[in-house]
Amino acid sequence: MFDAPKTDTKLVEVNNLKMHFPIYSGLFRRHTGNVKAVDGVSFDIYEGETLGLVGESGCGKSTCGRAILRLYDITDGTIKIDGIEIGDTPQKDLRTKRPTMQMVFQDPQASLNPRMTVQAIIQEPLDEHTTLSKDEKRDKVHDLMDQVGLNRKFAGRYPHAFSGGQRQRIGIARALALNPKFIVCDEPIAALDVSIQAQVVNLLEDLQKEYGLTYLFISHDLSMVRHIATRVAVMYLGKIVELAPREALYSEPLHPYTKALLSAVPEPDPEMHDMMERTILTGDVPSPANPPKGCNFCTRCPAVMDICHQDEPEYREVLPGRFVACHHYNDVSTSAGSTAASEASDQQSLSNTNNTTN
Amino acid sequence: MPDGALPILDVRGLKTVFKIRGGEVHAVNDVSFDLKPGELLGVVGESGSGKSVTMMSLLGLLPTPPADIRGGTVMFDGQDLLQVDAETLRGVRGGKIGFIFQDPMTSLNPVYNVGMQIMEPLRKHMGMTKKQASVRAQELLELVGIPDAPQRLKDYPHQFSGGMRQRVMIAIALACDPQVLIADEPTTALDVTIQAQILELMKELQERLGMAVIWITHDLGVVAGIADRVVVMYGGQIVEQAPTRELFKNPQHPYTRALLKTVPRVLGQREDRLEVIEGQPPILGASPTACPFLDRCDVAFDRCAQQNPQRYDVGNDHDAACFFDARTGEPRDV
Repeated sequence: MFDAPKTDTKLVEVNNLKMHFPIYSGLFRRHTGNVKAVDGVSFDIYEGETLGLVGESGCGKSTCGRAILRLYDITDGTIKIDGIEIGDTPQKDLRTKRPTMQMVFQDPQASLNPRMTVQAIIQEPLDEHTTLSKDEKRDKVHDLMDQVGLNRKFAGRYPHAFSGGQRQRIGIARALALNPKFIVCDEPIAALDVSIQAQVVNLLEDLQKEYGLTYLFISHDLSMVRHIATRVAVMYLGKIVELAPREALYSEPLHPYTKALLSAVPEPDPEMHDMMERTILTGDVPSPANPPKGCNFCTRCPAVMDICHQDEPEYREVLPGRFVACHHYNDVSTSAGSTAASEASDQQSLSNTNNTTN
Repeated sequence: MPDGALPILDVRGLKTVFKIRGGEVHAVNDVSFDLKPGELLGVVGESGSGKSVTMMSLLGLLPTPPADIRGGTVMFDGQDLLQVDAETLRGVRGGKIGFIFQDPMTSLNPVYNVGMQIMEPLRKHMGMTKKQASVRAQELLELVGIPDAPQRLKDYPHQFSGGMRQRVMIAIALACDPQVLIADEPTTALDVTIQAQILELMKELQERLGMAVIWITHDLGVVAGIADRVVVMYGGQIVEQAPTRELFKNPQHPYTRALLKTVPRVLGQREDRLEVIEGQPPILGASPTACPFLDRCDVAFDRCAQQNPQRYDVGNDHDAACFFDARTGEPRDV
């Protein structure tokens, strides 16, 4: 089943985005290197879709989300949101553009000011960006609370009086206050219990349907991303290794890292669990300050070849809508049909390697 | 795991209460379970369900006050761990019963090298000399799959990655050949690919060393992969207990059933909309007089509000604390 994006309009266009953090060391605090948290990432997000961004901790997915909203001054690349280039806009001028793009943060405990009431928290963006009267603002806050399923009677309470799931709802209401088009959800459910996660995800889906929102959904939880995302991008060590429509990615992952990642997810069904073919990766993720030569994944890849230690694989479209950065797909040209055979043989060699690592 | 073997650890009617300003929190209410030799028991529950507090209570790891163990027995090795003196308990902890904590960063001491920390239980419990302990520490690091062991013993915790630190924790817990290993969410702080490595390692070690393991987790997927038997906790109580396959095939308690439906999958059919358990977990202010799942349950009836159900045997070594019989779809006739 292929969920086509609702429209063909690109709302967000990210091109060759780089976010490097400098390392200063020694007596004179000299600039001795860079942590390449995000290192040349390109993708588009279509209007009305949810792009899932998955990866392990330290792969740069959160940095990527923050950089797109220009919470950082990016090192290189371009970011176009709703037709406006914001990659090099000074922070001062960005302020007026903020209403279209909002963010829901990971930790609802840390992202809400404990000294502000819920009313004040949700109202703050309205104070900053609108000229509504006091009463209008109050009504708007009440409406928002209704929409996210919070009792409006509690508007005068402080964040500590709410549970984790309710706090996340406050954060969502705040993000919605200015009728944004694009919301970056940075691990919005990671801090919540399983039974509460489903509530928040359903709320996000309902709001998306109602307001035609576009999400970048950052998460390390592959099963939840499968549920919510239209398309999924997989990051490893600052780069996107694979981007594909949801069903294609989960049923037939192409990149060896995606395969390993999917096979590592614990399956809550003992019988399925025993049938699964598992690829257990050895070793740890290398440091983004000192990535390996060639392909970033070459130190852990079960299907590594000589060329992987030499050249960095190109991130390219190997099948319509499917982007992969892997030397195993070098021979596959964009016109999918004619090269199906070579692709199949690649598949074969990869799954053989998987078997031997079991 | 031999059937009918005498349990190595037998917990009956454990009750733990915390005194807080202006009241009490009844974190563990009448919890009973046993652990058979060589068995891997999974304990599943959400945060606040009492799973960690249960394990810490039975090893005397909770500061009293505020904690107060109000009742129960914990039989291990012919003695009741709740009654023995502090000295005896110290001999059990880290010796016959090993413990792995959730967060490998905060449970290792940053100012000692890991060699010192692995050698500590060996010298305290086994009376080894420094030399013997260092040889054994090296073996242990190799056992848990840390390469270059002699060098790594001199390294400090910050020089290890998260997964490697958790391996060090496992090495410490295994140091004195424990009969029982209690692992409290040992993979929750780790990435999935690293979690897969640690799960694989634990399964292998358990088979090789033949110890009994209690594995606490909130992840049903983890339990499905490694546990022989599962205990489900909710609101400070055990609501269901069964062998793993039986539990997943035939869940009885409404909470377990709902939980299995709310978790999205990577495999199989994708749900268009996630099932939700409405509401919040209970706040355990007093000793329960009703079923803790009452407010969120879709099959609750009047009896559930009047009485806290006991655990009813449903056959196949399976029991559930619910007045509603999921097999017949009728209230239980007891």
